[in-house]
Amino acid sequence: MGEPSPDGRFGEYGGAFVPESLVPACLELDQAFRSAWGDQAFHDEYLQILEEHAGRPTPVTNATRLSERLGVRVLLKREDLTHTGSHKINNVVGQALLARRMGKHRVIAETGAGQHGVATATACAMFGMECVVYMGEVDVARQALNVFRMKLLGAEVRPVASGSRTLKDAINEALRDWVASVESTHYCLGSVTGPHPYPWMVRELQRIVGDEARGQCRRILDGSDPDYVVACVGGGSNAAGTFAGFVDTEARLVGVEPAGGAAVGRGVPGVVHGSKSMLLQDEHGQVSESHTISAGLDYPGVGPEHAHLAAMGRAVYVAADDAEVLDALQLLAVTEGIIPALEPAHVVAWVARAAGTDDLPEGSTVLITMSGRGDKDAQQVMDLLG
Amino acid sequence: MGAAPGALEAHLRSRRDAGRKLLVPYVTGGLGEHWLEAIEAMAAAGADAVEVGIPFSDPVMDGPTIQEASQRALDGGATPLGILAQLEAIHACVPLVAMTYYNLVFRTGHRRFARSLAASGVSGAIVPDVPLEELGEWSRAADDAGVETVLLAAPVTPDDRLAHICERSRGFVYGVSVMGITGERQSLAESAAVMAKRLKAVTDKPVLIGIGVSTPAHAVEAAVEADGVIVGSALMRRLLDGADPDELGALVGDMRAALDAG
Repeated sequence: MGEPSPDGRFGEYGGAFVPESLVPACLELDQAFRSAWGDQAFHDEYLQILEEHAGRPTPVTNATRLSERLGVRVLLKREDLTHTGSHKINNVVGQALLARRMGKHRVIAETGAGQHGVATATACAMFGMECVVYMGEVDVARQALNVFRMKLLGAEVRPVASGSRTLKDAINEALRDWVASVESTHYCLGSVTGPHPYPWMVRELQRIVGDEARGQCRRILDGSDPDYVVACVGGGSNAAGTFAGFVDTEARLVGVEPAGGAAVGRGVPGVVHGSKSMLLQDEHGQVSESHTISAGLDYPGVGPEHAHLAAMGRAVYVAADDAEVLDALQLLAVTEGIIPALEPAHVVAWVARAAGTDDLPEGSTVLITMSGRGDKDAQQVMDLLG
Repeated sequence: MGAAPGALEAHLRSRRDAGRKLLVPYVTGGLGEHWLEAIEAMAAAGADAVEVGIPFSDPVMDGPTIQEASQRALDGGATPLGILAQLEAIHACVPLVAMTYYNLVFRTGHRRFARSLAASGVSGAIVPDVPLEELGEWSRAADDAGVETVLLAAPVTPDDRLAHICERSRGFVYGVSVMGITGERQSLAESAAVMAKRLKAVTDKPVLIGIGVSTPAHAVEAAVEADGVIVGSALMRRLLDGADPDELGALVGDMRAALDAG
């Protein structure tokens, strides 16, 4: 998973399909990130903040009891143990540093489950920046706890009432804000989606997940890599960061999409939010609404690099439905004492279903990226389980 | 680029060169029962071309008015090719310019979309999320079909890029008046005049200013430096509020009269 082409392509996917008003900002961001990412001082500060404030490196946990139950050896990369509770902090710290480097003091973000919003609000509080987070009304209701956390952290949360009132529409509204504010504002996009350079930049800022896990797995597995590396995919940032650490190994890469929002599995090529990728849409090109209990995966598109990895056959994309996700969440809770967020519970669901089949043969070693913890979903899960 | 001007550009140039300020109103295709009549009424009231929006589910360049207009049209069953088929039937005595988002073009297929525009009598296209860098595939199809692709220039566009946009734009050049999305505004942004001046300095193609042009006074003010204006949200808000084609025609007539009076 190297650099995209100069026009921001991963194979045939990617690009920068943005209005002229945003083109100079995307070009500036590409230059700024390129320069920062090649600067040791920037790297050092990024790592120092992640270590001192966010609890990196995160451990890899041997899921002993779950492994016994499933007949495959499960390792968990514990992004749920980071400050703010998910991998989102990795990306946000990098982008906040970049915003400061570009002299931008206002930051906007979109959020679905609220994890990216909370992470952005946290970084803005640390850096003394103004923060506005767009969030669909449906998500504001089902992730009320995270809305409150963002407000406590000093961010303004703007509910979005248009369209499906979820992540897709929050991105639309953030882009509309950015069209008007681009000269003073950095758009801190939360996934490997959007126009170039975001898919590349966010993957690079998340590759710390995969790079750490690779070394940790080798220590645990006596120098070997896992047979399977599995992560959930909405836009796909934790998966992209995880896969980046293993793409040049023999490990099989598996992305798990929600059954009601499987852009790679059920979409066709399309262009939304600035890049060409796989997209759920109708025959005319109108973007479909996704449907899943997981606000963080409730997105009809997917990052362009995932579309490319799928087209090349380097990664495969499977799906898990709402019911098996709820079962999986409880399974991990009672076997490992870990309550996962609904998003990585999709991965546990697929591993539980596939274990012992040709898709995941008995005795395999599988690394799961536990992208976030379940506190934010406790109320919703309580309601769903009655 | 020594290509001869297309029909849209030739039409707008000749009117401009005759001393007329250009007026291009916008109508969301498929909105309500009377959108086709609205186009005809606007043309009859002195529009020099009419921009027809082909609604998209995720219009990121549009503010609340056009978003609502688009959503209502989609809820009413509007489809891109359906709108174009309906346009074939009308007799607007001025050129039509389609405005849409790239995914509808991409999903339909570049060549099929371009040929469908041409077959419906649409002579130009504005696809705001296709900037210069991504223009290749669409512009080849559009050029081949004789559809003139209008490019946008923004206040943040640097000078060298501005020249390149003007060179590549067909029909006219769409100068974005202000950093922002479509929608009515209280006053015309100061950036509108700057935008128009910068464009006029580098191109002889018609220069139209759009976004936030909401009243006859705004139109006159914008057209001091520019060759004309595009008016969308102010008209669509009235259509959403239930105005009939004659009322929309009258609004366009007011703008026409103001522009003619200077």
